[in-house]
Amino acid sequence: MSRSLKKGPYINYKLEKKVLEAGDSKKKAVIKTWSRGSMISPDFVGQTIAVYNGNKFIPVYITENMVGHKLGEFAPTRIFRGHAGNKDKGKK
Amino acid sequence: MARISGIDLPKNKRGEIGLTYIYGIGRSTSQMILTKAGVDWNKKVQDWNDEELNAIRTVITDSIKVEGALRSETQMNIKRLMDIGCYRGIRHRIGLPVRGQSTKNNARTRKGRKKTVANKKKATKG
Repeated sequence: MSRSLKKGPYINYKLEKKVLEAGDSKKKAVIKTWSRGSMISPDFVGQTIAVYNGNKFIPVYITENMVGHKLGEFAPTRIFRGHAGNKDKGKK
Repeated sequence: MARISGIDLPKNKRGEIGLTYIYGIGRSTSQMILTKAGVDWNKKVQDWNDEELNAIRTVITDSIKVEGALRSETQMNIKRLMDIGCYRGIRHRIGLPVRGQSTKNNARTRKGRKKTVANKKKATKG
């Protein structure tokens, strides 16, 4: 079920502050975050954000197409290495 | 012969049903179109005259996306997901269910026909 429009998109307060600061200073610093549930707002475009996946931080470069998705969608938490005997399917 | 959006409609069916042979039109869209065009739902496709046919054509081209345009839009949406590398895009890429369904069993619509693994190890005791 989608989130109530009344509340607006959820963006972690501290993360948003950091992103806005980074946008002002035009610096290319990677912002670390644990907030996988935060929505990507248009301010994020062009930033690189390191999203925690429970193990390490996955750097995600935000493009315009990603607006409206959540950060966690770009940092998978599970690794699937294929089934035994399925040699032809070597995925990443 | 009624030909709309590159599809031959079945002659002997009621207009409401006949229109659903076009990709992108179901029952309710079909009813909406016929109402807008001012054609009786129950009128058979073969009984439509040119005027009614044209009215239906205009409503379709003006108000909805059908056939090729709709298919390419769907494809573009999927391609977008795959390009940005989000979770849903990855699931599309490897051909598994996208909306969080279980894949331990079943999920055959996405996974395709069963691939039997020869000499698959069974869990045995000892």
